[in-house]
Order: sequence, then C-alpha cells, then structure tokens
Amino acid sequence: MSLTERQPRANVQVGDELPGRELKPDNVQLFLYNAVLWNAHRIHFDHPYATGVEGYPGLVIAGPMLGDWLNQCVEEWLGDAGRLVSIEYSNRAASYIGETLRSGGKVTAVDAASGELRIELFIMNEAGEVITPGVATAVMSA
Amino acid sequence: MTTLLSDQLLANIGRQSAPQRELVTRRDIRKYAIATGNRQRRYLDGDQAPPMFHVALFWDVVELEELTPDGVSIDKLLPKFPLERAMAGGLKIDYLQPVYPGDWLTATRTLTNIYEKHGRSGPLIFYELDMQIVNDAGEPVIREQTTRILR
Repeated sequence: MSLTERQPRANVQVGDELPGRELKPDNVQLFLYNAVLWNAHRIHFDHPYATGVEGYPGLVIAGPMLGDWLNQCVEEWLGDAGRLVSIEYSNRAASYIGETLRSGGKVTAVDAASGELRIELFIMNEAGEVITPGVATAVMSA
Repeated sequence: MTTLLSDQLLANIGRQSAPQRELVTRRDIRKYAIATGNRQRRYLDGDQAPPMFHVALFWDVVELEELTPDGVSIDKLLPKFPLERAMAGGLKIDYLQPVYPGDWLTATRTLTNIYEKHGRSGPLIFYELDMQIVNDAGEPVIREQTTRILR
C-alpha cells in the first residue's frame, strides 16, 4: 500500500463525487426486506390493494430501504479509510417496483484537522427527481 | 388561530416505551444485508451489522390479530392524532459503536415533541420520536431521531 493510500484524508476534497449506483429492486427483494423487518403493510406486496384501494401506481418501495441505500453509498466509497458516524435523510416522494433508481453523493465539507467530512446524498428516480435526499457525516481514519 | 392540539394530546409528550432488549444474530444480519442488496462481505457474512440493521432488530413483532386489515401494526407509544394521513418524514441516526453478532441491545423510545404548522394545503401535525439504543454495559450504541408529519 502506498503512502497516499494510507492517508486518504489528504486526498478527499470538497466536490468529490461518490460513485453512483443503479438500483432496481424487484418484488422478491422488497418481499425479503419487509419479511426481515416483520412489516406486513400491504402496499409493499399486495398489488390489487396498493393500486385499487390505496391508489398507488404499483407496489411501494419501502422508505427505510431507500435510506439504507444512502448508508451503503457512503460506506462503499469510504471502505476502510473512514467511518460513517451519522446520517440524516427524508423520504420526500414514493417510488414503485419497476422504477430504476440511482444513488449518489458529493463531499460538501472537509475538516482537515479532525478528518470529518460532510457528504450530501440522494436517491433519484428516472425523471431526475431527488426522492430521498440525505446528509452524512463521516470521519476519516487517522 | 385555532389549534388541533389539545392539552390532553400534548400531555403525551415525554411518553416512553418499555425498554426492548434484543439479541443480534449472524443469521439476522445476513438476511438484512442480502435483502438490502448490500455488497460488503463483512455484512453479507454476518460478521458485523450494517448501518440501519437496528430498524429490523427493533421493528415491532406483533401477533396477527394486532395488525390492521392493511397489515400495519399500531404504534402504542403514539396517541390518537386529529390528522391521520402520514406524509414524508425524516430521520437522523448517530452511529456511536459498531454492532456485532452476539450483542444484546436495548432500545427505549420516547415521544419527544408534538407541534403544528399551517401549510398551504391546511394544517400539519409534526411529532418527534427519539430511540436510544444501548448495550448491556449501558453504553450508547445508536441514537435515532425521527420526525413524522400528518395531514
């Protein structure tokens, strides 16, 4: 490992972009996610109910799963070079099975002394709308 | 301006759930990591719990007759609000210590605030929940603050 790899803090700059990821959950993944939670809300698995009774265009992708993907976006980028210490996000608009979503982010502040980073995050739908914005704080390893 | 929030309703601020103690298992971590499409080996193998695993660990395990016809479990910590349609909410999570299989974690939830705002489309009720998760040594492990909006 080179010296620069062992000192990633020096390399991270405001404006650095986190790798984007395409996300296209299907019924099976959504089912497993809600099964793991013990979440039986019909909008996630009962298509006639979700569309006919609740008036959604399809099965609703679980909000906390979108939040989880923001965490993954940060952690995959950080690797062993740092640690995710906090995250904030909100589910602004619903998304549905069949949609292709995209996660990504950008470094918006770097405190060289403490190694603390501020990262803005998003889940975006195909129309380019940010449906789940977030902000994370991470600390780079000394 | 009239208010939707009676003194009786506001008296619920500060209400706290009974502490819930749960065991973190490798099997549950693996299921969570796989279901969320995680790509990191230490989580897929269950060697460590990924961020937000606590959401699954502390989701209410309720019996079938406690679920509403649409499959939802009623949060007993919450009072009955005069508005019921849930809108987008937000949350903030602080990760204070890593979580490993074999850890026993205890979560305590508190209803920390109820307030009202008037939006263009009418009144909105906001409420805030605070979940503190500690280990068996009493050390804080995760803190989650949630804001939910009703219209």
